[in-house]
Amino acid sequence: MHREVELTREEFLRYGRHLIMPEVGLKGQKKLKSASVLIVGAGGLGSSLAFYLTAAGVGRIGIVDFDVVDLSNLQRQIIHTTRDVGRSKLESAREKLSALNPSVEIETYETRLTSENAIEIIKDYDIVVDGTDNFPTRYLVNDACVLLKKPNVYGSIFRFEGQVSVFYAEKGPCYRCLYQEPPPPGLVPSCAEGGVLGVLPGIIGTIQALEVIKLILGIGEPLIGKLLLFDALKMRFRELKLRKNPSCPVCGENPTIKELIDYEEFCGITPERILHELGFEITAEELKSKLENGENIILIDVREPHEYEINRIHGSRLIPLSELPEKVNELDQTSEIVLYCKMGGRSARAVQFLRELGFTRVKNLAGGIDAWIEKVDPSMPKY
Amino acid sequence: MPVKIAIPTPLRPYTENRDIIEVDGQTVKELLENMSTRYPQLRRHLFSEDGRLRSFINIYVNDEDIRYLDGENTKVKESDFISIVPAIAGGN
Ligand SMILES: [Zn+2]
Repeated sequence: MHREVELTREEFLRYGRHLIMPEVGLKGQKKLKSASVLIVGAGGLGSSLAFYLTAAGVGRIGIVDFDVVDLSNLQRQIIHTTRDVGRSKLESAREKLSALNPSVEIETYETRLTSENAIEIIKDYDIVVDGTDNFPTRYLVNDACVLLKKPNVYGSIFRFEGQVSVFYAEKGPCYRCLYQEPPPPGLVPSCAEGGVLGVLPGIIGTIQALEVIKLILGIGEPLIGKLLLFDALKMRFRELKLRKNPSCPVCGENPTIKELIDYEEFCGITPERILHELGFEITAEELKSKLENGENIILIDVREPHEYEINRIHGSRLIPLSELPEKVNELDQTSEIVLYCKMGGRSARAVQFLRELGFTRVKNLAGGIDAWIEKVDPSMPKY
Repeated sequence: MPVKIAIPTPLRPYTENRDIIEVDGQTVKELLENMSTRYPQLRRHLFSEDGRLRSFINIYVNDEDIRYLDGENTKVKESDFISIVPAIAGGN
């Protein structure tokens, strides 16, 4: 891990505030310079993480992402600017990081992390930081890190709540010790559906950066075996104990997972996919022509009231997903019903729910109101 | 004997947006049962069809995971603080 490195004159000055602290010092700064860290995801968590690790002088930083900067990212992904909209996130990130600290070696992997490439990409790094946004990738990162014996600095966020831990199977529990299985798709809303306070990934990402630096320097008490919970509204941090599960399928005494698996399959098929395959969905264009033909369709918006305030399809009735069970008897089982939400995930669950109750003519608007805006009414505000 | 339970953000739509609720019970099982009776929609989020606690939700009594105490039979007292900690995946 620690190849012999020296600091340049410029670096002595740049890292002066580190060098005068006994906990870092010249020795520590050299450890940082010879360390390598892989950041998975150049989004909300990745932005603050990458900035601070680069500023701190981590010698080699790898970033994995395949996305393009979108205007709706900029509320929280501070590494990207308005000028970068439409550019590759990696290109945008590389530019900012190199400007901040040209001596840091930035490696970019413009790809989705998969079971096929994860080992190859991760094996050359000392530490992995998980800043992804979905369960399949989180389980993939976890398993790859356990198999390669690397620490995985984990952070995740939802609305105004965050979780941080260091999963390091060599010294403590892994992510699967905490959660053996992911929730079925659609049950837990994503940030795109549930929202996230823009500052939150900054706070959680910087805590991850701090944990990375502590691990490299070997100082303090890392969050191994501990889960830090942060509630931004209450401004409260809490710490829970994590234990290594002896029957953990990947780091336990008799592991059953000895190589990477198919994580999409492991995490389940989304309700949208199921409805799509059963033909229980309708496209935005189809809906438009049915409405124009005067067909009697009951349109139900299952989003939250504050989303309905931003935009809605004309003539729709708001019944938030959580209120559907109590309002279901107000609906006629035999009428043609189309349900929609922002992207089609929540409404897919609502369609499944109604179909189980015997509604036979209920369909999901594929892609939600986002698809409606794109295909039918671009003048509508989008969020 | 009322015990405080912290409700995580993803489950608050089912508890009238309350972040902490107080329910009676001597064990974790009783607390969860009484809580699900008061907020019926919580039940299917906490338990699978066969009645088992879902594997992506952990319950803590103070800072300890009930899986390493007595599971759902873990005894609770009024001063205990219960947390429901579901897996969340956001990061983008
Ligand atoms: Zn494990």
